Parts: sequence; structure tokens; C-alpha cells
Amino acid sequence: MNSIKKLWLLWLVVSILVVTYLTYNIGTDEKQAFLPGKATHGHHQIEMSCASCHAEPFGGADVIQGACINCHGADLKEARDSHPKSKFTNPRNASRVKVLDARECITCHTEHKHEITQSMGVTLPDDFCFKCHADIEDDRPSHKGIDFKTCATGGCHNYHDNRALYEDFLAKHLNDDVMIENGQNPSRSLANDLVLMSNYPVKRYPLKAITENSIDPLISVSDKKNVKKDWLITSHSKAGVNCSACHNEKQNNGKIVWSNKPSYETCRSCHSFEVEGFLSGKHGMRLKEGLGAMTPEMARQPMRKDAHGKQLSCGSCHTAHNFDVRDAAVEACLNCHNDKHSRAYKKSPHFNTWHAEITGKSMANTGVSCATCHMPRKEVKNGDVSITLAEHNQNMNLRPNEKMVREVCMNCHGLGFSIDALADKKLIEGNFSGVPSVHIESLNMVTKRLSNSKKLKEEDR
Amino acid sequence: MNIKNLVTLLGVATILTACGESKVTGIEPKDMSDALFSVMEADRTVYTRLIVNRLVKEDKVIKASEHWKDDKALVLPAQMFRYGSERVAEKGANFSYSLLSEWPVNKQNSPKTEVEKEGLKFIAANPGKNYYGEETLGGTKYFTAVYADVAIASACISCHNKHKDSPRTDFKMGDIMGGVVIRIPVGS
Repeated sequence: MNSIKKLWLLWLVVSILVVTYLTYNIGTDEKQAFLPGKATHGHHQIEMSCASCHAEPFGGADVIQGACINCHGADLKEARDSHPKSKFTNPRNASRVKVLDARECITCHTEHKHEITQSMGVTLPDDFCFKCHADIEDDRPSHKGIDFKTCATGGCHNYHDNRALYEDFLAKHLNDDVMIENGQNPSRSLANDLVLMSNYPVKRYPLKAITENSIDPLISVSDKKNVKKDWLITSHSKAGVNCSACHNEKQNNGKIVWSNKPSYETCRSCHSFEVEGFLSGKHGMRLKEGLGAMTPEMARQPMRKDAHGKQLSCGSCHTAHNFDVRDAAVEACLNCHNDKHSRAYKKSPHFNTWHAEITGKSMANTGVSCATCHMPRKEVKNGDVSITLAEHNQNMNLRPNEKMVREVCMNCHGLGFSIDALADKKLIEGNFSGVPSVHIESLNMVTKRLSNSKKLKEEDR
Repeated sequence: MNIKNLVTLLGVATILTACGESKVTGIEPKDMSDALFSVMEADRTVYTRLIVNRLVKEDKVIKASEHWKDDKALVLPAQMFRYGSERVAEKGANFSYSLLSEWPVNKQNSPKTEVEKEGLKFIAANPGKNYYGEETLGGTKYFTAVYADVAIASACISCHNKHKDSPRTDFKMGDIMGGVVIRIPVGS
């Protein structure tokens, strides 16, 4: 065989190997070969589900934008987005769009650009506000000399969510104390509101408590005594939800079979809001995209080594069969999370309030658990009824952390204290053991502005 | 009747603008813009007088607030107008409109383009007259019309005169407080 033939043969073999590798790669969950760069902290879990964002090949920017809105649109609406797309589609803003096309999410959040990605997944330099607000000091002389890099990083403004930061809101809370008198968390109301919910399957589960006599026969259960004991004290059994409600699963052929480990789909039939939150959040987003369950090992946050292999689903935190929400609110988290903030929790004043509540030394809803802040209770519309349920999508208030101020902190603390505390990284790391050593100027600036405007009005008279 | 007219106009406008600069056989941009403004002005007047002014000023049963969600209050007339224009934009209509002023509470609503600046000056100096012009923005040519926005209820002037961000605090009933700017693309 001459050397040219050898070269052709080599080319053929290499080509076959490359094609085989790429074909295999695209057909599996591990599409590393196609990854143009490390994904952001928000998307790294689903980076192997290319089609989640690149829904159509060669679909262009519109397809990507559609994918962004598909997952984040509802959050932005709830956040009363300060810079919605509609602000930039009017032709009068064409000159602005030319310098910063804020109609598209990817203008500021370009994926797979790990080397230039900043907090909040922003891939622009920190001073991007300058592009449209360069003349801010004409309108707000107090802003003279303030570096544009600090607009969205200094605790005063966010690009999207300013619900806790807008001027009139600050003005209303200038005199808040550190602690709100009689502050507490909203009380969960599902048990009381079931009868008001039009979509609750009351015929299947009449609101009549299950007793030892009416409990379904326990199939394939070895520890019948403890399962029964656990079950009979749950809210489920009190609401008439029997074993078969979860364990009888309908198969594709319509046949009903007993399932030892019901999936999140079973939970969804009654807890749709919670499951939707779980699937949109950090614990369940892989399942939503059709990937295998999230495991702590995949997380970028420090996790306990002994938890690495756990496959996250509803039951990971709400363990069968007692489904103790108090356990799910603290111990379940600490079984996996191993960062400084989590490790410091049990030495924090927040934990003291929680311990007092669960040991009956203080009133219900006065304790602060992990879930109080990271899966807070909120009012959710169900038809024409508002029910207080736990938000299982941590992204709703995790970053930027000022998103947490109104929904969580202000249940117990004043606005100024909350803003300062959330701006103090050390304090957060120590799980709020102590007082803020950082002070955000925004409330002082509002006080000054209001007093100036009052003076001007008096002069006018 | 108003809605019917609007739908007809939108249909005509879509056909008209889809043709780019080709021969105009339908409604003239000026006529379309005037008709659109008559609908906008009517709805704006009805909301301001029958909802806001009546319930806030006369019956005193509810407040109107810029932060209507937090304050559980009525949406301000200017916000009502803006939300409407945003919905129109979201639906992809081939025209756009805004409410601008030389004395805006929100500085983002100051005139920005030359036509906006000239138009607002013109309507303030020539009560009862509209301003019509053409401009090219982002590579598209627009027919731009500016119509006077007049203080028609005491709620308008008391709010603007008292607002801490208002650059003008001496509005009187019947004053021109700003202008409605309507843009219709007429080619590239």
C-alpha cells in the first residue's frame, strides 16, 4: 500500500471515529462535545439538554428568546420587571436599542461565556446602566460622582426586580424598626381552604379522617406497624387521603397498579403549585427537562459527601410516611447542604426562634427555618380563592437577594435593616448571627430628597 | 362602534404598511392616525372622568396611585394609557403610540426625537391644532403625528401639581399638559 493510500485510509478511520463519537454524544445525556463553554450557575444543571434553549436548530434569536420567556416570563411578570421588552419596542427608543438591545435577554445574559459571566449571569461590564442613564445626575443630583458600576451591585437598584427598592416604597418604610412588632410568617392554609378549591378532588378524597379501621390494606410493606403509626398522624390521613391515593398509579394502558415509590406526578395531582415550583427550581429542573434527577454531587454549592448520590424528588425532603414539614424545612436541607451559611444555621438566632417554635415554647409561625427564607409561604390564587402555600422554586427569591426583602425579611424585620443585612456577605455567611456592618445609603438619600422637596414647596408658597 | 372602527383601521393599516413604499391605495396615514387618536382620546377621557375623577375626587371611595398594586388603588390615567400602548405593541400592531410631555413626572417621557420636540412645542403654541411630520428611526421611516393632551379633570392637575417629581406645578383645567405621539411606519 503506497503512502497516499495509507493517508486516505487513516483519514477514513479518523472520520469514522469522529462521526461515531459525535453521534454517540448527541444521543446521550452527556453532550460534552457540543458544549461551547461552561454554563452559568442558573443553567448548569440542564446544560446537557441543549433543546431546552435551542428549541429549534437554526431558529435564531427568536427561538432562544422564546425559551428564556418560557421559563422566566412568569417570574419577570411577578417581579413587575422594571425593564420589560415593551419599553424598548417603541420606535422612539431605537437609539437606545442600538447601544443596548434590551429586547433580547441574551444581550445581557449570554450563555456559555463563563470567563465573562458575573453575578446574576450578566455578561456585560457592571456599568451597563450608563448606556441609557448617563444623565442621571441632572435628575438626581444626589447621584453625582457615584460609579455606574455600583448601580445594580451596591444594593440600591436591580435591573428587573425593584419591588423592595423603589423610592416611594423606601419612603414608606423610612422609620421601620429592626424588628416589626408581632412579626411572623404567614400561616399555611391548605388544610382550611381545601373546601374552597374548585379543583380539589373532594369526591375521591372526602374530607373524612382515615382511621386504623379504614386505612387501605398495606401491600408489600414490611414495617406495617410503623408505617401505619406514621401515616395516621399526617395531614393526608386527616384529610381522607388513603394509601391507595398515592400508591395506585394509572399506567399508560389505563391499568391501575400499586407503585411502591410514587413519582412527583402523583404528588402533582393535588399539589400542583408546589410541584411546579419544585420542577422550576434548583431541585427539580433536571426532571422538568427530561434529564435524570438532580443529585447533590452535581451541585456547584458545597454538599455533604454522604449525600452525593441522592436522587432528588418530592420524597427526598418530604419523607414517607410521616411527611413532617418541620423536618423538611430544616433537617432535610442540612442533610445535603454543607456551605458556611447552612452550617452556621444551628448556631444562629433564626434557629433559636425555630427551636422555640417546634418545642412549643413560642407561637406557631414565629420560627425561622431554612424553608422560611428559601421556600417561603406566599398567597397563591386558586380560582377566586387565595391559599397560602410554600414556593418550592428557590429562584423566585434567591438572586438578587433583595428579592427576598418583601416576601420574607419584612415579615419580621424593618426595610432598612433587611436591605443592610442582605448586603453584608459576612453576615450572610454566618447565617445572620450579629448585626449588619454594611449600610446601604438609599434610605438616607430618600430622606434627604423628601426633605429638599418639602423645603422647595414651602419656598414656592 | 369605536372598537369596530379601530379594527377596520388596523386592517387597512396592516395592508397599507405591508406594501412598504408602494402605491398607497387605502387610507392615508394622517387619516388613520387621526382616527386612532379619536379612539384613544375618547377612552382616555372616559377613564379619567368616569372612573378616576368620579371615584377619587367626587365620591372619595378609592385612591389612584402610581403604585396601584401595592396601594390597592386605581391605575393612574397615564399608566392606563401606557399599558394599553404596551399591549398593542405586544400584539405586533403596525403602529405605536406614547404619551409625552415637556413637563413629565417620569423623565423617560420627555420628548427625545427632533419630531417629538418640535411637535410638543407646536401643539402648545397652537391650541386646537395637531402636528404632523416624518422621521426615520432605527432605519424605518415613520409618519408621526402629535396631538394635544389636555387637562380635562381636576384629578389630572391636582396630581401633577402635587407630585414630587413634577417639573411644573401650575397646571390649570384646560391646559395642554403634554401630547399623544402616534407613529405609523411608511417605509424603510
